[in-house]
Amino acid sequence: MPHRTFFWFVLPSVLAMIVFIALPIASVFMQSLHVAHDRVMVEVENCGPFGCKKEMQVDAAATEALRRAEPLGQFAGLSIYLNRNHLATGELAQMWSGASSLGAFLSSMFALPFYKALLFTLAYTFVVTPFVIVLGFAIALAVNAVPRVLKGPTIFFSLLPMIITPLIGSLVLFWMIDANGVIGATIQRLANDPNLSLKASAPLTWIMLMVYGIWHSAPFAFVVFYAGLQTVPADTLESAMIDGASRWERIRYVVIPHLAPLATFVGLIQLMDNFRVFEPVVGFNAEAHATSLSWIIYNDLKNQGEPLYGSAAATSMLTIFGVALLLSPVLVRTWCDFSRKR
Amino acid sequence: MAANRMPPFLKTAAMGFVVLWLLVAAFPFLWTMWGSFKVQGDFFSRENWTYALWGVRTTVETGGAFTGAGYHGAWVTNEFWRAALNTGIVVVFVVAISLTLGTLGGYALSRSNFRYAWWILIAALIFRAMPHITLVSGYLLPFFQLNIWGYLATSVIVLVAINQPFTLWMLHSFFQSIPKDLDESAMVDGCSRFGAFRRVIIPVMWPGVITTGLFSFLLAYNDFAVTAMLLSQENQTMVPRIAGFLGTTQVQGNVMYAVAAVVSATAPLFVLVLFFQRQIVSGLTAGAVKG
Repeated sequence: MPHRTFFWFVLPSVLAMIVFIALPIASVFMQSLHVAHDRVMVEVENCGPFGCKKEMQVDAAATEALRRAEPLGQFAGLSIYLNRNHLATGELAQMWSGASSLGAFLSSMFALPFYKALLFTLAYTFVVTPFVIVLGFAIALAVNAVPRVLKGPTIFFSLLPMIITPLIGSLVLFWMIDANGVIGATIQRLANDPNLSLKASAPLTWIMLMVYGIWHSAPFAFVVFYAGLQTVPADTLESAMIDGASRWERIRYVVIPHLAPLATFVGLIQLMDNFRVFEPVVGFNAEAHATSLSWIIYNDLKNQGEPLYGSAAATSMLTIFGVALLLSPVLVRTWCDFSRKR
Repeated sequence: MAANRMPPFLKTAAMGFVVLWLLVAAFPFLWTMWGSFKVQGDFFSRENWTYALWGVRTTVETGGAFTGAGYHGAWVTNEFWRAALNTGIVVVFVVAISLTLGTLGGYALSRSNFRYAWWILIAALIFRAMPHITLVSGYLLPFFQLNIWGYLATSVIVLVAINQPFTLWMLHSFFQSIPKDLDESAMVDGCSRFGAFRRVIIPVMWPGVITTGLFSFLLAYNDFAVTAMLLSQENQTMVPRIAGFLGTTQVQGNVMYAVAAVVSATAPLFVLVLFFQRQIVSGLTAGAVKG
């Protein structure tokens, strides 16, 4: 296809991506270097019956005018990145010199908002992803073994947790594990502890969110692996059987190697999706015990009064950096494949 | 595979596992759907969970075992129909526009061997990984400055753009499976490139376009980050509206409104899976088989 034709064909699509994905990233970067203007203060003299006093007051009109003239705010350099709500370098240095042990240092480090969110996001990503792959594979194997008539309905119901709106899915589970909901009440009865609440403790909240994540994503892995199972070469399986391989050995040495590329694919998609975990934190109302990187950006933007653009933007840049780090091995590999092919 | 030669105990185990998984996957939905026709005292029952099954408190409070009070509260009192309408508008336009842009782009990418075609696809992959909320934090300030914040049209364009990377990848791999000879023979017969696309490719592209459209639909329908931050109160779509319910209804003790709204918002997805199960499955696996 000549360059000219190609250009006109892809123009609308590429333009949309440049204007609404690439430019916003640039805009986020600019915002992350600026803080909002302070309020303009003026000195006014208040004269009452007991003499005159000088007071500082907010000059609303001047503040408004200044903010309108420079909506980005004033240039702050990297200071937002380093402040307490983000990388907190100053606080970390202080804690390091003040802490008695590594454990004490780590626990105070993960009490800082950014590190707390980072810890949960990473834990969520690296717990949910392998579980999804393993569970999805197990379901695919099991469904492959049940009679054909049951397969259609099984796939129908399996798809539901995946296509459901994440916020709605988490709400549905949240209502069930409520202290008065069906699962929450049952757990209370089983544990014989009427005050047990899954929402009140940090470890239980984490487990709850991760269980939701696995429930939500396992169908995706299941469907991909199930489709892969249909393409396992029958000849190889048969010759393995003739060579005396047991059922387990056939799975281990024929089926799993055959599905390995699919597992890489599922893993990659899952890493990308789990790293941006956000809706469950809102749906489960879990921000007291578990915050994610996406959630703290949302929280900054929702800030009462005025959105903290600078702070949200700095967290966004750090998140984007995290995504890039996560994707880099894949990109390097694709690049190598591509160069070898040429 | 060797399903017929399986030892019976293994077969039972597999069967049991599938049933267990089905229970885990489907029970929450059935339970919530059933419970949405009860009063709060039943769905969140202090005394006994079986109240939700038989509607004991519901019978006491309303006289029947089922009540539509939650639905009435959500749809009529809280004007959920407005949110549903907004969702409809957003979804229709997002799907239509992203498919139009995506088919053109995906077709060109699949027919080009230049280095930059590969770069566009890789850039799209990176964009696909961006958390949506980080992009939203880039939109807010410029949108306020340009005075385009809060309108449905703004959200539609943003969702189309966010959706483009995925659409491009899907349609790119779909068009690669259509033989090149098809459009090339049309061009030999005197069609321009666009003419070949219009007369030869468009008639055969519908299976791929429908599959991609389903996923575009899901993205637009399920989105929370973009619509919650970029739409004004009266233009809100269903998902942010439900999130809004939670803040206010907990106070009024009317969680059932939110439950009813959630069930209402789930219903279209049920129908979607019912009719398009095959396409969804093929879409999920298409990407995998290529990758």
